[in-house]
Amino acid sequence: MTTAPTGLSGPSGAAAEQVTAARASRKGGTGRGPARLRKLTPYLFLIVPVGLLLLLTYLPVVNMFWYSVTDWDGLDKVKNFVGFDNYVETFTDPQTVRVFYVSLYYIVGSFVQMALALYFATILSFKVRFKNMWKGILFFPYLINGVAIGLIFLNFLKPGGGLDTVLMKAGLDGLIHQWTGDPNIANYALAGVSVWRYTGLTFVMFLGAIQSINSDIYEAAALDGATRWHEFWHIILPSIRPIVGLAFILGISGSLSVFEIPYVMTGGSNGTETFVIRTVWMAFNRNMVGLASAMAVVLLVFVLLVTWLQRKLIPEEVDLT
Amino acid sequence: MTRTLGTTAKYVSLVVGAIFTLLPLGLIFFGSLKTNQEFLSTGPLDLPQDWFNFANYTEAFTRAGMGMAFFNTVIIFAAAIVGTVFIGAGTAYALDRFRFRGRGLVLVLFLLATLVPGVTTQVATFQIINGLGLYGSRWALILLYMGTDIVSVYIFLQFMHSIPKSLDEAAMIEGAGHLRIFLQIILPNLKPAIATVVIIKGIGIYNEFFLPFLYINDPDKLPISTALFKFKGPYGSNWELISAGVVITIIPILVLFLFLQRYIYNGFTSGATK
Repeated sequence: MTTAPTGLSGPSGAAAEQVTAARASRKGGTGRGPARLRKLTPYLFLIVPVGLLLLLTYLPVVNMFWYSVTDWDGLDKVKNFVGFDNYVETFTDPQTVRVFYVSLYYIVGSFVQMALALYFATILSFKVRFKNMWKGILFFPYLINGVAIGLIFLNFLKPGGGLDTVLMKAGLDGLIHQWTGDPNIANYALAGVSVWRYTGLTFVMFLGAIQSINSDIYEAAALDGATRWHEFWHIILPSIRPIVGLAFILGISGSLSVFEIPYVMTGGSNGTETFVIRTVWMAFNRNMVGLASAMAVVLLVFVLLVTWLQRKLIPEEVDLT
Repeated sequence: MTRTLGTTAKYVSLVVGAIFTLLPLGLIFFGSLKTNQEFLSTGPLDLPQDWFNFANYTEAFTRAGMGMAFFNTVIIFAAAIVGTVFIGAGTAYALDRFRFRGRGLVLVLFLLATLVPGVTTQVATFQIINGLGLYGSRWALILLYMGTDIVSVYIFLQFMHSIPKSLDEAAMIEGAGHLRIFLQIILPNLKPAIATVVIIKGIGIYNEFFLPFLYINDPDKLPISTALFKFKGPYGSNWELISAGVVITIIPILVLFLFLQRYIYNGFTSGATK
């Protein structure tokens, strides 16, 4: 939330610096040992980091685009070019199209999560007893291992488990369901678990942003007779808009790439298969690397699109990176 | 009148939120202290009969391999964090203190890489790791953890900017080379950034499931997440044992959180906004 690190202002600025630097070094004696070493130093420091960046991030992206237009099975020496067949299959195979629809549950979940986070961040930014305790409790689930969370909720949601028992004691027997077994309910249950897991992070981000609002503004508003609701609507919300925007893209891109919770809890059965579960299954169980790559490209494009849209809609958020 | 009503509503909502958060955790803890018989015959909300029944914990540690899993996680973490610190700090040093041809390009490469979520590219990354002959090796994880962590690079870059250049210059006048300046001036001054990276990276590696799930198949090399996931198979019906495994996984994180709360909040919020 502070200003961007040096040089991130844009490539043009960096390029200008480069030119001046190059000119300066040309003036100072050409070809002398220490000067040449000085010119070489940054490259020596960057060779491993940039090498790994190219090898483990950029090369896979490029390869993925290449695989996606072939029928490669991951083993064969020959990759046959098949054009856009894999993309056509991604968007027409009903089983695959289904997984897009499953993402919607998690997207709705991420809105619930933002609303809860905003509510708790707002009330905890004012005077509250045991503030740190509430903050700690609400945040802690974010730190728990995803597999552990899956198992905790399998235990909690299984028939006769914690939730059913609580509902029974409250006399709400009618609400009891096969939480992870019923295809009509399972996605709601799993999205609910995701909300439980991630609300804490969103909440702490919002709380930090609210607490960095200058307190003079509240005092001035109080003099003008503003109510708490006015404060929220006219001071807090506008001030934290960039962070809300950020939480929004994190929520959407997270919803598109959900894996752990459904994989651990249902393995993708009962209509809970997500995009990543299906991609992994295609690539590693059915050896359809070409098709899986096309799916991964589609996912990547979606995520980039959401990020671009968010930056377009909230233009003041330039220091995201 | 409305004021007290508002206050009451505020505390009621906090209590409800806390119950929703803690109840599933509490029930797993109760379950971990029950015997197999007891787990099946009592309700999930019933308290364990013997609060000191640690039999499930010993079994999870020894027979179900949690001890080995901790060892693997620590080894992987130690190697990956050393690599991450040198990579992050080295990159930040080069980009902040030098002006050179290609600097803008390197910055753009790191900037664009933040937009590519790791899960999307694993289909292709897998082929590279496999091609390097690292499939099934802990080195696959170490390499991926240190080579794809762009958030750390940004944390170091940001912090590097606040270390005064006069420190480097003073050392240079005394005849120190760039490597010595990096090791003896820059790294010690980056300590707060290193602490942040160690904490968030540590929790990240400890909780990572997707990568070990894809790359490690040997039961003796499994880190915590995948070892815990394995409980679902052979111990699928022994919920008291699974519960103990879950609690064992959570305890180190809980202890860390209680001692380092402030660093953890700061680390994760600055990490997420990068």
